[in-house]
Amino acid sequence: MAKKPIQFQLNGSSKSVFVEEGQNLLEVLRREVGDLTPKLGCAQGACGSCTVLIDGEQIVSCLTLAETVEGASVETAAGLANGPTLHALQEAFMDGFAAQCGFCTPGMLVSAKALLDKNPSPSRGDVIEAISGNLCRCTGYEPIIDAILAAAGNGHNSAGRYSGSGRQS
Amino acid sequence: MTMHSGRGFAAINYPIGMNLGGDPSQALVHSNPDGKFTVALSSIDLGQGMKSVTRQIAAETLGIPVADVYVDTADSDTGPHCMGSFASRGTHRVGNAVIEAATEARGVMLEAAAEELEVNPEDLVTDGKGNIHVRGAPSRSITTAEACGVAQFQQGKTVSGRGIFLIPLSDVDPDTGEMTPVSCFAHAALVVDLEVDDMTGEVTVLKMNSAYEVGRALNPRLVEQQLIGGAWMGVSHALYETTEPYYPDRSHGPQDFGSYIMPGPGEVVPHDIAILERPAPDGPFGGKGPGEMCANPVLPAVANAVFNAVGVRITDLPITPEKILRGIKANGGAQPQGIV
Repeated sequence: MAKKPIQFQLNGSSKSVFVEEGQNLLEVLRREVGDLTPKLGCAQGACGSCTVLIDGEQIVSCLTLAETVEGASVETAAGLANGPTLHALQEAFMDGFAAQCGFCTPGMLVSAKALLDKNPSPSRGDVIEAISGNLCRCTGYEPIIDAILAAAGNGHNSAGRYSGSGRQS
Repeated sequence: MTMHSGRGFAAINYPIGMNLGGDPSQALVHSNPDGKFTVALSSIDLGQGMKSVTRQIAAETLGIPVADVYVDTADSDTGPHCMGSFASRGTHRVGNAVIEAATEARGVMLEAAAEELEVNPEDLVTDGKGNIHVRGAPSRSITTAEACGVAQFQQGKTVSGRGIFLIPLSDVDPDTGEMTPVSCFAHAALVVDLEVDDMTGEVTVLKMNSAYEVGRALNPRLVEQQLIGGAWMGVSHALYETTEPYYPDRSHGPQDFGSYIMPGPGEVVPHDIAILERPAPDGPFGGKGPGEMCANPVLPAVANAVFNAVGVRITDLPITPEKILRGIKANGGAQPQGIV
């Protein structure tokens, strides 16, 4: 199959790669560019672990043809931190224990960024809507929802609801 | 269409670990050239917090800061033997092995410090901040890194330790039929409130209230997080997940991930958890294992709540709308039992 050159911005820096016709963006990001933050989960757009932003829109990269991002701006979780300074979402995910195995985390972060970029003060319902295309197996979602609200400064502290009443015998 | 409220309760005893030919795990601990410590395991951290908890346990035992401990794990080529991360055994089995290994390494470190300070090792204490000093005389002090350094470069000692924790196989007593397969139980009780729609059979879980007894919660935030996520998975198993739904035949079942039903962020159930700490006598610092038991009480509690709501007793999982509707039909209508 013929290979086609494409250029796009990845997290603000220019990338030029050859892609095969029909090759999906996720594979190009992981294999050709070497950005391993988008994950291959279901390969059919159901789990959201490959979520990236294309010109600010939340897209599942496993169902996106790589050649369609020619000239576009692509953002992944790898672009969230600025040098050693973590993004507010990353801080909130850490503080709120919003990850266990971590496989869904990059996709969750990207979906959350798409939300906060457009709506800096989301409601709980807005957050649920924004991550409704991202599946998580471990956390039960609640710590993730709380972390996104905390990153948005919506006053949900991440101190948890541990109501341990101390050692009892 | 009528919505019927139901409440269900379940309590469990959960055995930590297993009894299939003995249940061992090993740990190795050694100091590094920079005076920090490595814990070598082959146990798996799949998100439950194995690395965090074994790191805390090693730091506490060695008497050094958590930041000075590195846990190298999940490689069975380089780590000592572990049975694995299952049966809620990790904290209990591996934690005990880490204590034994770290205790031996600490002994060598204190001997090296004692020789350097010209005192008895029994007179030395650690401050948990990277210092060893003579009890009652904080000025007679050496850092843990210096002690490990003199052990290596002047005394020719390895600051290291080996640990294993084994629950031996418990055979059945041929005379009485008795055995002791488990040394440690965790416990939980959970109440679930839900609503059942008697026209669609759909169940909406409204709230869960629970108490989990986990021994000592070695890392309370990790315990809480594991309980929230695990209980959510219990809801998922109780009401949603199956590759063999009770449809006319298999061809109506899910063909791929897209049609395999799991609850999403919109189905999060408010869950209030009380964590009760009753340290286990044979647990590492009293810890048990909040693993599989997170999900276990949810399933019977949901089944009981569905019975309470509409009088349908379902004994196979998941409790799908179709099964509930068939049950209601067989009973000649919903038979609310009345919330106790």
